[in-house]
Amino acid sequence: MSAVLDNHGHGDHTLDDHHAHVPTGWRRWVFATNHKDIGTMYLLFASTMLLVGGAMAMVIRAELFEPGLQFVTPEFFNQLTTMHGLIMIFGAIMPAFVGFANWMVPLEIGASDMAFARMNNFSFWLLVPAAVMLVGGFFMPGGAPSTGWTMYAPLSLQMGMSMDSTILAIHLMGASSIMGSINIIVTILNMRAPGMTLMKLPMFCWAWLITAYLLVAVMPVLAGAVTMTLMDRHFGTSFFNSANGGDPIMYQHIFWFFGHPEVYIMILPAFGIISMVIPAFARKKLFGYASMVYAIASIAILSFIVWAHHMFATGMPVTGQLFFMYATMLIAVPTAVKVFNWTATMWRGSMTFETPMLFAVGFIFVFVLGGFSGLILALAPVDLQLHGTYYVVAHFHYVLVAAALFAMFAGYYYWCPKWTGVMYNETRGKIHFWWSLISFNVAFFPMHFLGLAGMPRRYADYPMQFADFNMVVSIGALFFGVAQVYFFFFIVLPTMRGKGEKAPQNPWEGAEGLEWEVPSPAPFHTFETPPKLDATATRIIG
Amino acid sequence: MKNIFSKLASGLRIPGLWLAAWASTAAYAAKDLPGGPSLWELNLQPAVTSIAEEQRWLHDGLMIVCAVVFVGVFGVMFYSIWKHRKSVGHKAASFHESVTVEMAWTIIPFVILILVALPATKVIVAEKDTTNADLTVKATGYQWKWGYDYLNGEGEGIGFLSTLNPTHREMSSNGAKGVMPDDYLLDVDNPLVVPVNKKIRIITTANDVIHSFSVPAFGIKQDAIPGFVRDTWFRANKVGTYYGECTELCGKEHAYMPIQVKVVSAQDYSKWVDGEKKKMAAAADDPNKVWTLADLVSRGEKVYTANCAACHQANGKGAGPIKPLDGSPVVLDADKNAQIKTVLEGRLNGAMPSWKALSDTDIAAVITYTKNHWSNKTGQVVQPTDIKADRS
Repeated sequence: MSAVLDNHGHGDHTLDDHHAHVPTGWRRWVFATNHKDIGTMYLLFASTMLLVGGAMAMVIRAELFEPGLQFVTPEFFNQLTTMHGLIMIFGAIMPAFVGFANWMVPLEIGASDMAFARMNNFSFWLLVPAAVMLVGGFFMPGGAPSTGWTMYAPLSLQMGMSMDSTILAIHLMGASSIMGSINIIVTILNMRAPGMTLMKLPMFCWAWLITAYLLVAVMPVLAGAVTMTLMDRHFGTSFFNSANGGDPIMYQHIFWFFGHPEVYIMILPAFGIISMVIPAFARKKLFGYASMVYAIASIAILSFIVWAHHMFATGMPVTGQLFFMYATMLIAVPTAVKVFNWTATMWRGSMTFETPMLFAVGFIFVFVLGGFSGLILALAPVDLQLHGTYYVVAHFHYVLVAAALFAMFAGYYYWCPKWTGVMYNETRGKIHFWWSLISFNVAFFPMHFLGLAGMPRRYADYPMQFADFNMVVSIGALFFGVAQVYFFFFIVLPTMRGKGEKAPQNPWEGAEGLEWEVPSPAPFHTFETPPKLDATATRIIG
Repeated sequence: MKNIFSKLASGLRIPGLWLAAWASTAAYAAKDLPGGPSLWELNLQPAVTSIAEEQRWLHDGLMIVCAVVFVGVFGVMFYSIWKHRKSVGHKAASFHESVTVEMAWTIIPFVILILVALPATKVIVAEKDTTNADLTVKATGYQWKWGYDYLNGEGEGIGFLSTLNPTHREMSSNGAKGVMPDDYLLDVDNPLVVPVNKKIRIITTANDVIHSFSVPAFGIKQDAIPGFVRDTWFRANKVGTYYGECTELCGKEHAYMPIQVKVVSAQDYSKWVDGEKKKMAAAADDPNKVWTLADLVSRGEKVYTANCAACHQANGKGAGPIKPLDGSPVVLDADKNAQIKTVLEGRLNGAMPSWKALSDTDIAAVITYTKNHWSNKTGQVVQPTDIKADRS
């Protein structure tokens, strides 16, 4: 540890990068140990995967535009839904949040870098072969896995060799996540600048600290589930084969013991970002800081005891259904506390609505809708009607696409000046927001109705009565997809190429935190000596 | 002013026309399907069991709670967004915590949730009570069809397979063009038939992968798990035909294994049982009968269309990873046991499923058919006794 914390002893002020060696060319990226470079790489990787997974979604929606098969076969359709899910979860959302963490955690706690800089490099570069193995499934005999992202046994035992490459890809991505999480935990616990106590930690760091513990706890569980699948497929075991004494439902228990915390892994960092953005644009401190921390922690703890609400239809006993229903409904309480706190932060503030704030308010709006549909799904008797239908698809897209992705957009617009040194184009940002918000709701709101009426998910074709809503959904999805291409090519790329107004050190009037105490763009090396902080731990005093 | 309005109106006319054109073409001439989904349906399908009724009440009740909370929270939020803007000169207040308020909005939602959970608990207990059924039917999920066996009660011993109407599968492949039937993808050859106002217990299991037996109008959904037995129940209070679909991803024909339940009066049910029993007696094949090639081929074609064509296709050419049967060395092999073994046991971990569930005569017929159809002209005849010999 001391080697990492060693700052060569010759930085007598905090921002002295003039003497530091800055690697250039391909070496800078391949051998990167700088948290900012690695953060950038994570974000670019996630954006690429977002577009790949999004392209698959477009094919899926094109096929479902009308009843009947027009573009793909049912087997290819199932491969698309499977890979869309896996790519978006493991390739887009999770790496994007890790990218945010890499960029912002050291900056926000006044650390010079992540604790384990070389392991950080390894965490990132594991993702690339994993992505190749995942997407490569399409080019293997029999095509990609067509089991859905949940990879339920025994269907997964029927798949071709791409299932094995997917399992290995999941192992790599899991290893990457675990190492990334350990890095984040150690960085936050050990490398805070003097004076930054845990209860003065910025909310984004709190959210990530808890998320990282969740990741370390559950990624090995997923690894176990897919390893058992691999053993069943090739080494003659029968974990999930009832003919030899195995249990196919055991797979689901193990998978969802990972899978439920996993969905919180994809939303807790979003809570963190939103809790940074709202106070900045309300020009008011976050309401109920302590209860926000407790709320995140209780959501994380509760996430471990609710996994079987994904399995109400498997026929579990009454007591099981009751326990998992009550526990699941309980999660609504801390979640509601968070929403109330955000509302109270806005209350009697002095608000402006730049793009980050628009996305933050948009986040609360769609996240609350997704939360309500989650509450309805938690009610076990109603879940029997809705399980496995488009209602579920609507629910998790509201919390994962709209909420998690909108939070990331809010974070991008909020911190992009710090990353690139230039301001994004405000008009284009607003266009991106309204376009995304409207098309997203056109795409996903009608899915609630389809689900209530009984349209099962993962269907390549559907009865005539579902045709009208599906057409609306497909049109909305197309517009939503185009909005993200617009975002990438007309907003992100120009800022990366340095086009735009030069950003001041702190472009936001109400923003507080150590990241705004360094110049924009943040220099290659920051906080080489630990900064001295004021009493609130948001300003450097020497 | 007027000018602006007329400009607006003409601007609106374009999407309006487009919408109208779309609405008229999008209707597909389809109508609501009683017992199944309706056009532009906004809520659950109409309930015909008390459980489905309760589920609907719970759903609608919780929706109202959600709506009230939504209006409350966003009312406050939009008020502050409107009034507490910097652009109208609002100065930020400095408060940032209040233990009282934070306690209140932790406890109140908690109490509301308890009030919601209580009636839900009652419904769960009722749902799980599968005792004292009048009729017990086993539903077995196959890739990709349902098998029904009447185990207990009137009609005991009846058993049949229920497959999607093959013309619908064909329509789907052809892009569902033209006038489509209202029960598109929901019509089956042999629906499940049950009496009205009787407690029907459904036992589910599966042959290959996990399927799920779901009929929205009854409020039931129960996974069918290979090697395991699960149960659920319903008591339909209205005569009619009700539709459901498999709701657990079970492979490529997942969208093509509907469930159709005919609820009939007690008299009609007895009549149906009688007819079914007679049919079974007539159709029962003598397992030792020696068949002619022509008879086997014509019977085999039907078996092939119902069971094999979904993967191997009507022209026997297969597709992608699915092996063609036309010209296949296994089919052309003079030793018929290789093909019999494949059909009985399946291949590649069930990617080609086992067809043990078919009768000896059906298997013999379909193998003989493949050996003597398309370009395969082996002249070989496989008799039911061959299958029986290989089964043991």
